[in-house]
Order: sequence, then structure tokens, then C-alpha cells
Amino acid sequence: MSRQPFGGLAGLVADGHVVICCGSGGVGKTTTAAVIALEGARRGRNAVVVTIDPARRLANALGLDELSNSAHEIDRRRWSPDDPTASGRLSALMLDTKTTFDGLVTRYAGDEEQASRILDNRFYRNISGALGGTQEYMAMEKLHELHEDGGFDLIVVDTPPTRHALDFLDAPKRITRLLDNRIFRLLMMPTRASLRVAGVAVAAFLKTVGRIVGTAVIDDIIAFFRAFEGMEEGFRERATTVLALLEDGNTRFVLITAPTRDAVEESVFFAERIVTHGLAVDALIVNRVHPSFGDEDPAGLRARAEHLSTASGSAPKDTAGARLAAQYENLADFGEIAARERHHLEAIRSRIGSAPVSTVPFLAQDVHDFAALSEIGDHLFRSDDC
Amino acid sequence: MEPAEFCSTSRVLIVAGKGGVGKTTVTASVAAIAARAGMSVLIVEVEGKSGLSAAFGRPSLGYDEIELAPRIRARTLTPDQALVDYLESHGLRRISKRLANSGSLDVIATAVPGMKDILVLGKVKSLEQTRAADLILVDTPAAGHAISFLMSPTGLLDAVSVGPIRKQAVDVTELLSDPQRCQVLLVTLPEETPVNELVDTAFAIEDRVGISLAPVVVNACYPTLDLATDADAIVADADGAGVFVSRREADHLADAARFRMQRQAIQAIQIDRLAEALPLAQIHLPFLFSSDLGPPEIERLADAMSEGIESIDAPA
Repeated sequence: MSRQPFGGLAGLVADGHVVICCGSGGVGKTTTAAVIALEGARRGRNAVVVTIDPARRLANALGLDELSNSAHEIDRRRWSPDDPTASGRLSALMLDTKTTFDGLVTRYAGDEEQASRILDNRFYRNISGALGGTQEYMAMEKLHELHEDGGFDLIVVDTPPTRHALDFLDAPKRITRLLDNRIFRLLMMPTRASLRVAGVAVAAFLKTVGRIVGTAVIDDIIAFFRAFEGMEEGFRERATTVLALLEDGNTRFVLITAPTRDAVEESVFFAERIVTHGLAVDALIVNRVHPSFGDEDPAGLRARAEHLSTASGSAPKDTAGARLAAQYENLADFGEIAARERHHLEAIRSRIGSAPVSTVPFLAQDVHDFAALSEIGDHLFRSDDC
Repeated sequence: MEPAEFCSTSRVLIVAGKGGVGKTTVTASVAAIAARAGMSVLIVEVEGKSGLSAAFGRPSLGYDEIELAPRIRARTLTPDQALVDYLESHGLRRISKRLANSGSLDVIATAVPGMKDILVLGKVKSLEQTRAADLILVDTPAAGHAISFLMSPTGLLDAVSVGPIRKQAVDVTELLSDPQRCQVLLVTLPEETPVNELVDTAFAIEDRVGISLAPVVVNACYPTLDLATDADAIVADADGAGVFVSRREADHLADAARFRMQRQAIQAIQIDRLAEALPLAQIHLPFLFSSDLGPPEIERLADAMSEGIESIDAPA
């Protein structure tokens, strides 16, 4: 499906159906996801935000005191105190990887007996904790569930903090590859003559592996694949549907970053890789941008500070000249950081293609209530310098 | 405490903290002070890319060691590489290829929770045992993962009852629980959420994993300035110093001063909160206004780090 251009962040909130928030750790993904969902609700949409490991106080603000793996609605008076009659709705949930996976098993199992055999298997119980990509996959699975059954018109999804922000696109394949594993599948095959040879090789292979990790582990694995028999097809189809939703023209990708060299490098890497999946970054949000104060050249300010402090010589620090020197030092500091961040912003603008870029200033306080989320929303959606 | 003493407290120092707090910055600074003390340093980067080599003005890291600066070497260490190394050193070169190619590695690693982490830590242990450097700095994987990474031996010992992997887990546990061989250095920012997470992580690491903690590093602290936030006071100082400051400029100075004073106040609150919640010495590193991390900045941060270490009282 071809991807239609749309009207920047505002358009995405007004018309988008699925919004995926991506970016490296520590750039404010979860917060931004909440801001986008809140803005959707403000505009009258039925919005939900899927969070992954939110900071405690943000979780509290979203009413996620307990691990709540299903969406629950937040009282309108809390997120829209000025207009309690607003027509939009806002819900939130916190992803529980294991429960989501269990739900998937139960759904595709032939009967209850098969489901419980799998759910009790030690190998299965390790999957959600040990297999890389499971959290990403379950985030996408949850997204699909909400898309199918939730009745939401705007679904905003936070993604797990991995170094490789695109893991969620590869995760479904990784899980199906595990479930399809040829070597272990062969063990389950009826012993036709042509396969017996392969069976022998596999047995030798497993014996060696067993020597390293212990045979009990191998037994668990085999028991798992036996129990799973017959469900692979359903799982594979499901993974395909989940991926199709990501590739759908109504799914938007928002890349969140910070104006530092490393974050810019990672974002550019992400933007380049997402293109290879036939997708594109639809909007870029740069968080934690320092404010700028005036446009004087920092070098000039620094020289002035220097001059003032030389002029006050060995006089005590608390003289008018020394105090003024400190004021200029400070202005020079912020001038320097502003210039550096401008440079990074330009770099990202020129390297990331046509996606609109919005900035959020470095806020004086941490964000953990609706007032602060609204403040960020104002910067993103109601500011002139977007 | 002397910087040299700080760097030789344990042979392995694991640097941990959530994404974006500046683990790489801190790793580079510790490496620089150890190198100044004449020690050889090996930085091991677990799971992929960071700006470390760029900060030293060198090409990106790979599995083979490169020199970042005199006495400072660095390399990466991924679980897959560690597994292949492990199997090859156990005479199982052929099987290692087969595992990797068939995707069975994922199956095995899932069956044995923590196996990949164990292999990485096991490799760190063998680097420590062979004295690959006076100080081995481990830059840990991304956010939140630090606890499960360090807990991996415990989980594995529960799941695997025999075999060389179990032996590996036992060896790693010995490494982690010996404060003369290994310590964890936690990094945070002077902000609310990172401080909360650091406190949680610190207790989890000490209580559940039993690893000894080095002083914590609070990164990116604004150096404290005492500033007037009122433009009139600034104009008055200008008169007092006999220089001219336009009203417009005085307003900019006052605005910038207000922002800084506000940040400094928040910073002070968070630093106090951290001190109250966690009885560990703190080292504060300055926020770098002037430029991104490069060789001169690493030197500046190393100076600040040395000062911070010197102001720590010797352990009782």
C-alpha cells in the first residue's frame, strides 16, 4: 500500500489510526507516547496508549498503579479538567509480556489440555524472559488486539528501550523462527525412512548440546515442541497479520530523539533502516532542547566574562565585576549549547528526509502528571516554531 | 581517596545505568583516570554501538581490540561471539557454526535463561583471569537490562544442574561476589526519574545479586553559579563595574540566570534525595555546555572525576 503524505504531527493525531513511538533509551519515548494519545483524546478521538515500563510517577498519573495488561479508561476529569464534557476518551495500559503471550497460546491451542501443557512447560515459561525480541513482539501483538477488538480510533504504542530501535519489526520473525526450528521439528516427524537419516544427525547434535547445557534442558525443549505441535501455522499467520498492520498505510512512525550527537546518529541509523522495510519516519520529535537566550555570539560573551573577571583582578568574588562576569559565563554556556543543538537539529533535518521535525524544550520539571503532559502537548501542537 | 586507588579497587568495573544517562561518558572518564595512573585499561562494550570510539576520535569498535588512546584499549563482546568463542575453546567449533546457522542457538538460549549473559560475563571473567588489563571496564547493555544481566548466573544455576555451562555460572558468581575482583559503578542524572531508577537498581544489585557497588556517578550536573535573576540587579552591577549593559542584554542575562538557578535547585534536591536514599559516596561530573564528548572533554571530565574521588573519605 502506498503511504500518503499527511499533515505533520497534528494530522497524525487527527487522522492516524496507529502511531508507533520509536527511539533509543532515555529520550522520552513513553512520555511522548502519552502526550500524543492525550492530544488525540483532546481532539475528540477514542485514544489509547500502550506503555512499556513507564516511570513510576507517570504510571500513577495514567492510573496504572497495578500492572494492567488490558486498556482501562482514565476519568475525563483527570485529563481534561477544564472541559469535562469533551467528547474524546483516553485509555492506557501497561504491557505485560507474559500474560499477552499466554493469551496468544490459549487462543491458538486446540483445546485447554494443549494450552495448559504449553503454559506449564519450563521452556515456554522461559520464553518471555529469555528470548530477545519477545517484549517487542508482544507489544505488537497487543497493538493488534487493540486494533481488532478495542474499538479505539487512535492507538499509540511505546516501544521497548533497545539499542536497536527496530527490533520490534524483526521480532515476529524471530519468534516464528524459534517455533519453526527445523532441527527440533525434525524430532517430531514420523519416522519415515527418508527422515530417519536426518533424525540420526539431529540426535547426535542434541547429544552434544546436551553435554553442554545438560539433558534436562533438552528434554524440556522436546516436550515443548511436542506440546506445541499443530499450533505453528496459527502463530505464523498471526505474526504475518501483525506485520501487515505495521506496514499498513494508516500506521505512522514517530521517531523520538534528543539533540545530542549519539542520539542523532542512532536516529539516522533508524530512519535509514526503516526504509529498507518499506516504511518511513512520519514525524520526528526532538526532546530536551535547551532554551536560547538572545542571539549574542557565545565567544563574544565568553570574552566579555573573561575581561570582567580580569578587570576585577584579585578582588573578592563578591564584587560587581565578578558577579557580572558570572552572568556572562552563564549566558555564554547557554549560547554554546544552543548553537551545538542547532547544529545537531540541522544535521538531523538534512539526513532524515522529509519528515516534519518538532522540538520540545528541556523542561524544568520531570513529567509525571497531566498538567506537564499538556505542557508538552502545547509545545508540539500549539507552538509557532514547530 | 586517590584516583589510582579508586581504579584498582577491583579488576573489573561494570558501568550500569539507564539509557541516556551517559554510561559511555563515564566509562571514558574512568578509563582516562586509570590511564593517568599508569594502568592499562580494556573497555568491553556489551551489545553493540555507542559513541565511545567516536569520543576518542577512532573508528567504530569490533570484536578485535583497538587502541583508543595510550594505555586504553577497547573491543565489543556480543553473546553470539561469546558463545562461538566458548564452543571453540571446548573443541566444538563445528557445532558452533551449526547452532548459529540453524537458529538453534535461540532455542538453546531460551531453554537456558541467562545463558547468553553468562557467556558474556564468562568471557569477561576469562579476560580478568588472564590479566588482559589492569582494569577492565564493562559498558553494560541498554536500559533496565542491567539487573537481569547481572542476575543471570543465579537463574542459570536454578535451571541447569550439570555441565560446563553450570561451571561457567559458578565461576561468574564467584567473580561477581568478590569485591576485589568486581564492582558495579552506577550512573545517573540529577533528575527525578533517573534517581528513582538508580536507587531501585542499587538495592536490587546489592540484595539480589550480591555485587559490591562503587561510588555512584551523577553525570551532567550544571556547575553551580550564584546568579542574579533580576535584570535591575544586573544593570546595577554593570554600573558598579563601570561597564555598559543594554536593557535587552540585561534581560537575556536574567532569563538565562533564572533557568540555570531553577535547574541548579532541582539538581540539588535530587542529589540530596539520592544521598538520603542510598548510603554511597557520590561523584559529580559536570554537564558539558561547550561541545560533544571528544578527547579534550574526556580530559576535563577525568579532572572532575579525580577531584570527586579525592573528596571521598577513605572507606572505614
